[in-house]
Amino acid sequence: MKLLIGIPAYNEAGIITKVLCSLPKTIPGITKLDTLVVDDGSTDETANLAEKEKVYVIKHLTNRGLGGALKTILYYAKTNQYDFLVTFDADGQHDARDIKRLISCMNNARSDVVVGSRWKNKTRAPLSRKLINKAANITTGILYGILTSDSQSGLRLFNRKAIEKIELKFDRMEVSSEIFGEIAKRRLKLSEVPIRGIYTNYSLSKGQKLSNSFDIIFRLILRFLQ
Amino acid sequence: MVTPTQAVLSLFLLFALSRVFLRFRSGSLRKVGFFFWVVVFGFAILIVIFPGLSTGVAKFLGIGRGVDAVVYTSIALLFYLVFRVHIMVEDLRHEITELVSKLALDEFKKKNEKKSSKN
Repeated sequence: MKLLIGIPAYNEAGIITKVLCSLPKTIPGITKLDTLVVDDGSTDETANLAEKEKVYVIKHLTNRGLGGALKTILYYAKTNQYDFLVTFDADGQHDARDIKRLISCMNNARSDVVVGSRWKNKTRAPLSRKLINKAANITTGILYGILTSDSQSGLRLFNRKAIEKIELKFDRMEVSSEIFGEIAKRRLKLSEVPIRGIYTNYSLSKGQKLSNSFDIIFRLILRFLQ
Repeated sequence: MVTPTQAVLSLFLLFALSRVFLRFRSGSLRKVGFFFWVVVFGFAILIVIFPGLSTGVAKFLGIGRGVDAVVYTSIALLFYLVFRVHIMVEDLRHEITELVSKLALDEFKKKNEKKSSKN
């Protein structure tokens, strides 16, 4: 069984080494475990630092956004016939030990996609983050008809069927909601598993902000009406 | 008697119409788009030359004055155009992303092939 950990990264030189070092080197039942960093046009040393950690690094010429980086990861997983794909944020907000929890949840529930939910565990997070997530969950529910407790989670696990079927169109942060739309459209089985959200000043400065969440919702609605 | 304003507006609209025709002839405008713009600019020229026409349209639509009907229609049209431009920009963004992704994957593949041939 082949598993790929895909990390979309943009200007994460301050933390990328720590994140890559925290990843598991072996996972029971997985014979080949690879890590791929998609450097989304960083202007800092993100790509060079990642290369030093002996992981695969694909470099975008210009910044295309989270959706753009995820599309490249998905394409790579598809063409290289990975059995599982884990997406993992580069800003240090995930606990790498949760990857194993996602895998055991997929095995037990026989799901196609497992999403790590930061809110099932009652994670301590700033109010603005909770509000953004609530608004995004409601919008995702209305537009795509799928209920989730964490539509903006970056920690997800896809099996081969999901890797083959999911097709992403959005380039930016809206892609997180679009993934749920694809899960519903392609009739994939979804499970959620509680994970730990790590909120540091660094991860808070990198993630979604209240000011651009309205823009994200506007673009989701516009695309829906197109 | 044609007023200077009517003359300037008519000339501008005729210029716009000529651009539509040229774009259609060069193949960058589809038949549907061509007819849409010919109807829009043609109607605008008629309204400029015969302002009384807009009153008839206004009465038909149940709007008080002809000028109001023109303003309402223009706003609706502008909204639609902004929507179309927005979608077009988004589509261009997607195409650029596809290209960037493809170039990055090709570059990665080449680099790996070089590495394996060295080994």
